[in-house]
Amino acid sequence: MDQFTLNLLVVGATFALYIGIAIWARAGSTSEFYAAGRGVHPVVNGMATGADWMSAASFISMAGIIAFGGYNTSAYLMGWTGGYVLLAMLLAPYLRKFGKFTVPEFIGDRFYSQTARTVAVICLIVASLTYVIGQMTGVGVAFSRFLEVDKLTGLLIGAAIVFFYAVIGGMKGITYTQVAQYVVLIIAYTIPAIFISLQLTGNALPPMGLFSDATSSGEPLLSTLNGLLNDLGFANYTEQTDTTLNMFLFTVSLMIGTAGLPHVIVRFFTVPTVKDARYSAGWALVFIALLYLTAPAVGAMARLNLINTVYPNGTTEQPLAYDDRPEWVSNWEQTGLLSFEDKNGDGLIQYVADADANEFIVNRDIITLANPEIAQLPAWVIALVAAGGLAAALSTAAGLLMAISSAVSHDLIKSQINPEISEKGELLSARVSMGVAIVIATYLGANPPGFAAQTVALAFGLAAASIFPALMMGIFSKRINNTGAVAGMVTGLIVTLVYIFLHKGWFFIPGTNSFTDADPLLLSIKSTSFGAIGALLNFIVAYFVSNATEDTPQEIKELVEAVRVPRGSSAAVDH
Amino acid sequence: MASQQDSSAYWSKNISIIKGCLIVWFVSSFGMAILLRPLLSGIEVGGTDLGFWFAQQGSILVFLVLIFFYAWRMHKLDVEYGVDEE
Repeated sequence: MDQFTLNLLVVGATFALYIGIAIWARAGSTSEFYAAGRGVHPVVNGMATGADWMSAASFISMAGIIAFGGYNTSAYLMGWTGGYVLLAMLLAPYLRKFGKFTVPEFIGDRFYSQTARTVAVICLIVASLTYVIGQMTGVGVAFSRFLEVDKLTGLLIGAAIVFFYAVIGGMKGITYTQVAQYVVLIIAYTIPAIFISLQLTGNALPPMGLFSDATSSGEPLLSTLNGLLNDLGFANYTEQTDTTLNMFLFTVSLMIGTAGLPHVIVRFFTVPTVKDARYSAGWALVFIALLYLTAPAVGAMARLNLINTVYPNGTTEQPLAYDDRPEWVSNWEQTGLLSFEDKNGDGLIQYVADADANEFIVNRDIITLANPEIAQLPAWVIALVAAGGLAAALSTAAGLLMAISSAVSHDLIKSQINPEISEKGELLSARVSMGVAIVIATYLGANPPGFAAQTVALAFGLAAASIFPALMMGIFSKRINNTGAVAGMVTGLIVTLVYIFLHKGWFFIPGTNSFTDADPLLLSIKSTSFGAIGALLNFIVAYFVSNATEDTPQEIKELVEAVRVPRGSSAAVDH
Repeated sequence: MASQQDSSAYWSKNISIIKGCLIVWFVSSFGMAILLRPLLSGIEVGGTDLGFWFAQQGSILVFLVLIFFYAWRMHKLDVEYGVDEE
């Protein structure tokens, strides 16, 4: 059986599984559609949160970014895990106690203002849509390679499948579908990593392999990699080349963005108790850490394998002739995500740091998917990775679309535009808004503002600057009032969005940017790191505006008191 | 909840537990992996230094321990103050 048929079979089998579960769990009433009837066990919820969380950015894109950035990209690892600490301590238990369905609902009630609620809905939609664009990029990359179709066709197939089960299943479908997706994606991620770790270091555990000796040289793997990179003129893998300021702010931005992303927060509305909400965050991180501890090993080992492929006789000898290139190179060439240009006309693949002499360009988003092919692993492993990558991208896209649709139908239409809307009408508007969101994300996903993980990092910056500060102040301060919260959110969102657009193009349209991340507007702060500054401004503005305007009413102070203690959490459920 | 006083005592206890945890959170990530890395460069771990290990592995392990510690500690506090869910 050839690789193409095998890919189709494995991907098809996993899709049949997810869709089967989605149909089996078909949602009936609105409360089931949004929050799965609040009957989800912390371990199950943790696993589903893991699948929801680990998107195309984590699965398809992150290891590739690490492979090319080394130490400098550690912010992705720390940021996308460290945020769970903040979530567990600063938000999840209190939002569960509050006991409503959506993030804007909390913001609207706590800041006793429909304006605050509407601003929160806008923040949520902007952050989630940016996030979905990144997912669509990943879906496009995965389908274009494994179904051997062009990128746009891949994107359209992916969008259609996301639409199908997110719309039909609702959250409950998604919870159990996502457990299945987690299992598929974690197996798909770790199996090739174990094979490769064994090949390169003899250690079956990739996180241990990363810090072990390479069997080829007898020296530690990382020093071997540093040596090869030096020969080719690249900086050491373990060396810091980014500024400390940017690394620090990028990590802050990803961490608080993690805690401010609505599709993750709503997961904690679905556990039975406050205690479960705290443990759920821990379980989610256990399942996430399995991938995040493996990813840096995958990155370093993929870079090593890539160099060894191009320089089969060592980096001091002649590189590989283009005509002798392995099959994976020509496969990926067809997608346009990998390219060779024989600048000096010698027919050999020169892969060096100097951009003028380098002839080999590899899109970072292909590394994880190409990794098993580069390491010459069996065909079934390659097919499994395809299924895993699609599971990661589709599950997160579905979770985000859920968050967007509930914000529109529940927080915008039902609460403000038409309170008399029937349950059926609310469900319909949820589904329609999901469809609209998919169309926009697919359109923008065809021309994304960066690699999947970078686009997603922008979404985190936006969530960090707008939603996280409002939620945290709403719980930890009784003094922040409606005017302060609205002013803070608007400032954080607009300042961050403008900074991103100045660097990535207005509304992500290529060519409309005035600055680049290589030479940013402020100091060395890249657009992906600016969320931290936006969040700081949000806090400052909310604080001063609140203190200059009238105090919060007594019933709001009581609401905050009530949110802070776990007892009575079940009574708060309004159905 | 017995009284207003109990409620604020419970909350300030919670705040001080959070502060302790967040100090560890900050030191293990921003501290060891970024700001203090130059100072720790002499400590070798598998072909590189301790700061690199914290940046790509150590911090994640610390985060895991922190969340479970917090969940366990807070449940104890809930019971102590009689605010746990029946």
